[in-house]
Amino acid sequence: MEILGLSLAMFVLFVGFGLLIGVLFGFFGMGGSFLVTPALLVMGYPTRVAVGSGLAFVFGTSVIATLKHRDMGQVDYKLGILMIAGTTAGIEVGKEIVLHLETLGMAGSIISVTYVVLLGGIGAFVTYEALRGDDDDGGIDHDAADGAVDADDIPDIAKKIQSYNVPPMISLRGGVSVSLWLILAVAFVTGLLSGFLGVGGGFIRMPALFYLIGVPVPIAVGTDLFEIVFSGGLGSFLYALDGGVDLSIVLPLLAGSAFGARVGSAATSIVDEGEIKVYFGLMLLGGALAVAVREIGNVYGIDVLNTVSLVLILGSALLVSGAVVYSSITALREDGQSSSPA
Amino acid sequence: MVDLAAFASMGAGSIDAAMLIGAVLLEAALLYVGYGALEQAFGDRVVKQLKGE
Repeated sequence: MEILGLSLAMFVLFVGFGLLIGVLFGFFGMGGSFLVTPALLVMGYPTRVAVGSGLAFVFGTSVIATLKHRDMGQVDYKLGILMIAGTTAGIEVGKEIVLHLETLGMAGSIISVTYVVLLGGIGAFVTYEALRGDDDDGGIDHDAADGAVDADDIPDIAKKIQSYNVPPMISLRGGVSVSLWLILAVAFVTGLLSGFLGVGGGFIRMPALFYLIGVPVPIAVGTDLFEIVFSGGLGSFLYALDGGVDLSIVLPLLAGSAFGARVGSAATSIVDEGEIKVYFGLMLLGGALAVAVREIGNVYGIDVLNTVSLVLILGSALLVSGAVVYSSITALREDGQSSSPA
Repeated sequence: MVDLAAFASMGAGSIDAAMLIGAVLLEAALLYVGYGALEQAFGDRVVKQLKGE
């Protein structure tokens, strides 16, 4: 039996994988395609299809997530439009780099190495912060107020950057004022990574909006998602022109992630994110390790390492999304027991 | 001289690409509405079940 040209087993695998990623996306506001693209690469899809389909998947998921954040008033449209301008140029440059590297036959290796460095670096940072027990590290505080930002909550790097008065200065929500050129520079770099790696860029851009520009975390998340709608849409369109988007991959992934995103979003009001931040860091490290293992397998011709790599990716996503669901159910049961009469 | 055949081919490619992305957007909208309706219909019941009420 085939669905969309996929075997039933593959279709179920994609829906299930989308479900796991959707939970992560809904809960953390990031964590979409950095798992999808490596998984597709591990499964043997050409680099262009893995990157293009990853972008198309992120586009669809971000549309759903942005609609939910818009309802909560967490989108700064002015900042979002400026980010789109810088990101558009960055994506085009990133895509050209991938196409050039493909002609040299080096695209897969270089993208993989970049993934390992980025995921490993961010994963190590998040895990370190979580184990240190510092809750004020820029993670998503779902309860943070959507008003003017407290000066104490602005990271030191952002304060330093905001002190550079390079006109024109742009006023943003939360009472933040930043140079237009800085916003465009951050947008360009994240767009370049988005086009190059085939990721929405959320796991890079959201911390950048908070740490470098200094906007409150809830607005950083909502604006980031709004921007991903356009960057993901444009990126996937450019890849679709070159035959890089495979609907048989995107549609089942999206069917799963749309449901998972609702579960993850609902969990944000139940679970304290600090409890499972360490799992998120470990998931990023697992993703980095998976790509590294695959590359070693390719270099030395050890096929079994490809399977090990895929298991690591799926296992990492399963671990964290499972932790979110388990913590939610546990919290609900405790709530039910405490509210029931003795 | 303008290569009309190449231009037409590029235009057709753009339309195909736009239709692909449109299909993703349509599915996202349908899923948002569909799962939203399911959540409204069964969300409270599921939460009560999990709470053991």
